[in-house]
Amino acid sequence: MISLLATRLTSVILVMLVVSALSFSIFNFLGDPVNNILGVNATLAQREELRVALGLDQSTFVQFWRFVERAVVGDFGVSYRNRQPVVDLILARLPATLELVMCATVIALAVGIPMGVYTALKPRGLLSRSLQFGSLLGISMPQFLIGMLLILVFSVELRWLSAFGRGEVVKLGWWTTGMLTTSGLKALIMPTITLAVFQVSMIMRLVRGEMLEVVRTDFVKFARARGLSDRAVYLTHALRNSLLPVITITGLQIGSLIAFAIVVEAVFQWPGMGMLILQAIEFADFPVMAAYLAFVGFSFVTINLIVDLIYLAVDPRLRAK
Amino acid sequence: MSQLVLRLKAFGNSELAWRFRNSPPVIFAAVVLIVLVFCAAAASLIAPHNPFDPATLNIMDARLPPVWIDGSSSTYLLGTDEQGRDLLSTIFYGMRVSILVGIAAVAFSMTIGVALGLIAGYLGGWVDTVIMRLGDIQLSFPTIMIAFFIDGVAKIVMPIGMREEMRFYVVILAIGVADWVQFARTVRAATMIERRKDYVAAARISEVSGVRILLAHILPNTIGPVLVLATLGLGVAILTEAILSFLGLGMPPSQPSLGTLIRAGNDLLLSGEWWISLFPGAALVLLVLAVNIVGDWLRDVLNPRLR
Repeated sequence: MISLLATRLTSVILVMLVVSALSFSIFNFLGDPVNNILGVNATLAQREELRVALGLDQSTFVQFWRFVERAVVGDFGVSYRNRQPVVDLILARLPATLELVMCATVIALAVGIPMGVYTALKPRGLLSRSLQFGSLLGISMPQFLIGMLLILVFSVELRWLSAFGRGEVVKLGWWTTGMLTTSGLKALIMPTITLAVFQVSMIMRLVRGEMLEVVRTDFVKFARARGLSDRAVYLTHALRNSLLPVITITGLQIGSLIAFAIVVEAVFQWPGMGMLILQAIEFADFPVMAAYLAFVGFSFVTINLIVDLIYLAVDPRLRAK
Repeated sequence: MSQLVLRLKAFGNSELAWRFRNSPPVIFAAVVLIVLVFCAAAASLIAPHNPFDPATLNIMDARLPPVWIDGSSSTYLLGTDEQGRDLLSTIFYGMRVSILVGIAAVAFSMTIGVALGLIAGYLGGWVDTVIMRLGDIQLSFPTIMIAFFIDGVAKIVMPIGMREEMRFYVVILAIGVADWVQFARTVRAATMIERRKDYVAAARISEVSGVRILLAHILPNTIGPVLVLATLGLGVAILTEAILSFLGLGMPPSQPSLGTLIRAGNDLLLSGEWWISLFPGAALVLLVLAVNIVGDWLRDVLNPRLR
């Protein structure tokens, strides 16, 4: 178990090194910080002064080390576009994206797992077949199209929900939440559904596949032979053993939810990190891009690590080793 | 010639063909797929209008609804977009771009992945460790995020004059690079099994070169699962391209894919002109759905665990 943790930690460090190297390259080699800060009309002396002040006269390796040092304490410099510290921009946008991702994950698990169990136990039923087809549709349909359909029905035709923004938000320290006001909650509905459809389909198909395999194993046959009720056999024996891969996939999926949130935020004008990075790419705002990459990399690595730890806690076979 | 007939007959009697004949939804999906690919490939022959010839465009015809809605024109079956282009024709052309980008991206990642997988599995040792570790690192990021970043950075770095014409290749590269790992893993695992077999030892004794052993002997024995992965990957690649284009990072309006068309129509959704974005969207879903159904079926049929 210790060795497992050790390999995991080495890979975390490795990933973070690669990510910070990439992030550093974006920051350092793509944009010319001096030009961007001073503008093109500055004198040579001013430029040289700033170059020294920023440490750009040092070797690449020293610069990289400084970049990492500053990144660790959250200092990613100043945005080229609106002259604010990058970390402030990201922190201001973070709650919007995280609330969206969390709501979508909860829905994906709460809807996807029961649907997967049902379709595995009654594979020939009409409902199962339609769910199965629906899930195929769900993974074949891009998020933006789902969002656009929802907007067309609920905003344009029925005029029930607003097609953009977060609604009214409440400040809790630096965190802002839309979950405490009616307009905030209403604004969450469509983006959450849009983001969750793919995950629901994914988890349903996964649970179904696992259940179908587990149901054929000897321990399930044995449980049935012991005369346990269907309920006990399926829900405690079979489902529990099917859920292991679900933990991994859900964890990894949170990562891709952060990625897909870019699309959903673009459709609903949701003021989260996705909109931030889209604008950063549009305006070649390299500090923001570098910080976003580092931040996203860090979150993915953390999520993967947590998933591994949960796995360790849930699967006794791993602990015994 | 008779050889070909015999082979076709043998294929017709194979289990694969038998299973295909007995799954109506898959036959339906395959037919839809063939029709869509035909429409895309023959776009310049069968499209009712040429949407890229400015001489035939009439701005007075802009934003016409499909024929079954009042105020439409019978020349435009699915209506027109903001520039007065026939929507059905732009969809045919857009589908061509989407399919081409998808196939090229999958072929690209398949080539990288298969090559690295063969090398890693055959050589083992530190080469194997480096390649697979690289794969692990990449897998901790979602493919869409990697494609998004490569594409976004490339868009900024390119000289402005080249941006539009190079987009096609940039998008293929971005999606292709993002998705090689699964190919590499599959091929590596298969290669590690194959290289211990007697026929490889025999080839080695007869002093066949390593490259030849890999390409002529081991590769054909690992290719089955790779083709299934490629089919499933095609759906994902087409979707990824659509997402990038929708975000404004994919194909430019001068060379639109389905995603670009949907993006253009998105602004008009709130004013009620839904057809401009939803018809290309429907084409996209139909295309990806058909690919996924065929891919799923292939995987199930070829996976011995599920028999």
